[in-house]
Amino acid sequence: MELLSAGENALILYLGHETSPAIAARVQAACAAIELALAADLVDLVPSYASVLVIYDPLRTDHLSVGHRVRLAVASLGETASATGRTVTLPVYYAAEAGADLEALAQRAGLSTAEVISLHSGSEYRVYAIGFAPGFAYLGQVDERIAAPRLATPRLKVPRGAVAIADRQTAVYPAVSPGGWNLIGRCPTRMFDPAATPIMPVAVGDRVRFEPISRQRYLALGGELT
Amino acid sequence: MSLAVIHSGVLDLLQDSGRFGAHRIGLTNGGPLDPEAFHYCNRLLANAPGSTAVEISFGGSHFRAQVDTYICVTGAAMPLTINGVEKPLWEVHRVAAGDDIKLDFAGRGCRCYLGVADGFTVEPSFGSTATVTREHIGGLRGEKLKSGDLLPCAAVNTRKYLYLAAHLQPHYQDMVTLRVIPGYQQAHFSRLQQRRLFSHAYTVSERCDRMGYRLEGPAIACDIDGILSEGICFGAIQIPSDGQPIVLLNDRQTIGGYPKIGAALSLDAARLAQLRPGGTVHFAPISPHGAHNALHLAHSVASRKPLLERHP
Repeated sequence: MELLSAGENALILYLGHETSPAIAARVQAACAAIELALAADLVDLVPSYASVLVIYDPLRTDHLSVGHRVRLAVASLGETASATGRTVTLPVYYAAEAGADLEALAQRAGLSTAEVISLHSGSEYRVYAIGFAPGFAYLGQVDERIAAPRLATPRLKVPRGAVAIADRQTAVYPAVSPGGWNLIGRCPTRMFDPAATPIMPVAVGDRVRFEPISRQRYLALGGELT
Repeated sequence: MSLAVIHSGVLDLLQDSGRFGAHRIGLTNGGPLDPEAFHYCNRLLANAPGSTAVEISFGGSHFRAQVDTYICVTGAAMPLTINGVEKPLWEVHRVAAGDDIKLDFAGRGCRCYLGVADGFTVEPSFGSTATVTREHIGGLRGEKLKSGDLLPCAAVNTRKYLYLAAHLQPHYQDMVTLRVIPGYQQAHFSRLQQRRLFSHAYTVSERCDRMGYRLEGPAIACDIDGILSEGICFGAIQIPSDGQPIVLLNDRQTIGGYPKIGAALSLDAARLAQLRPGGTVHFAPISPHGAHNALHLAHSVASRKPLLERHP
């Protein structure tokens, strides 16, 4: 565990330096413990792959008190923080018409598109972080055989619901946005809906499975192909 | 009842004090780039702290009152006229339905706050009315104001004509010293590189907005290219591979993978946000103790600045 200054109102806690389910479980457990320990002095928390940014109100408390409480809270977790989190299934219509890079990715990997689909939908992913845009969840890790670098030229417009791969990460675009990830399909589930409860179907620490669906099912679930 | 936008300026945004506690679903803070000027706008109007006002960047805005109320403008030196008559900033003015309120382009500084008595009544999203255009959240439609927009506000008949004495008003300059708490990946910047940052002048580039201010000057080298994406606090100073620092502000992304050398004090970041391209920035290190002392002192000084009353 390493706890460093970030700014006048923030400390950053490092629980490791690589992507792993064990570290992610500790990040999640640390968030819950820090929330309890800081209570009303806490303004916000930003969990990510191996770190937690702890934002506090510097007019109510200071970095020494916050640091002390964070250290105690995290020390009491022990070495084997158990992962809680739910498992969420997201339907995906995998096809060239829904994922512009599906065929290129398969070709590059020396696989058929069916094999790419089976590898992508055959693993369980963990939600490592949420950021970049509202509701954008970084999921990891995809099978090494279908890992693919970001596009040399990012697209100006990636459609909402696009399922994509970048390196060993995968994600569902929550809204139309620019993006440089490799598109392999479309998910009809809204990843960010301010009017829904919950607003997002996933949270950091949850696990995600992708379930291949037909074009017909995709459209029936409200999916669009524009 | 409202204030009508007759002609929107370069960038007019409804803002309250910002959106907090929503980083975990990827939402940034938003809120006023210059919280000091925003705070005085509401304080002069005897509004609840954090009441929604319009943040006007650069100027060129024209509003028309459709209600009898009081207004106040604080911040950069933008000439304010009501029905063509020049009026001072940092002072409460009466407006009647039909009155024209115009803000010309700023002389010094670049952000102003236009407030009304009791604030604009806008429905909050995720607990705040702050507009973040990148996220399409807050304000009227998650966008900047445009001509024809109506900003809802109540008819108010009782307010004092409070003002802040000229010698107590902030003076915006074209040079800012950012006090920086070294932190984050500081250890990955050699002593020489850190000394370089703290001993040279940087210039505000054309690429400066509510997300961050990109600066130009001697390049700072870091011994790592990138890091595992992690949370970014307000004021964080990111050093991308070209070595040109970016000071991240209210609308920054919540996580990112570039190394950071530390974070600027919020008091100084507010002054940075009043700079335009070409402005000069110096960096000076400060300890977390020093930063907290500076914050408490500024808070205490601000709360003791007297507001005077004009009797027209």
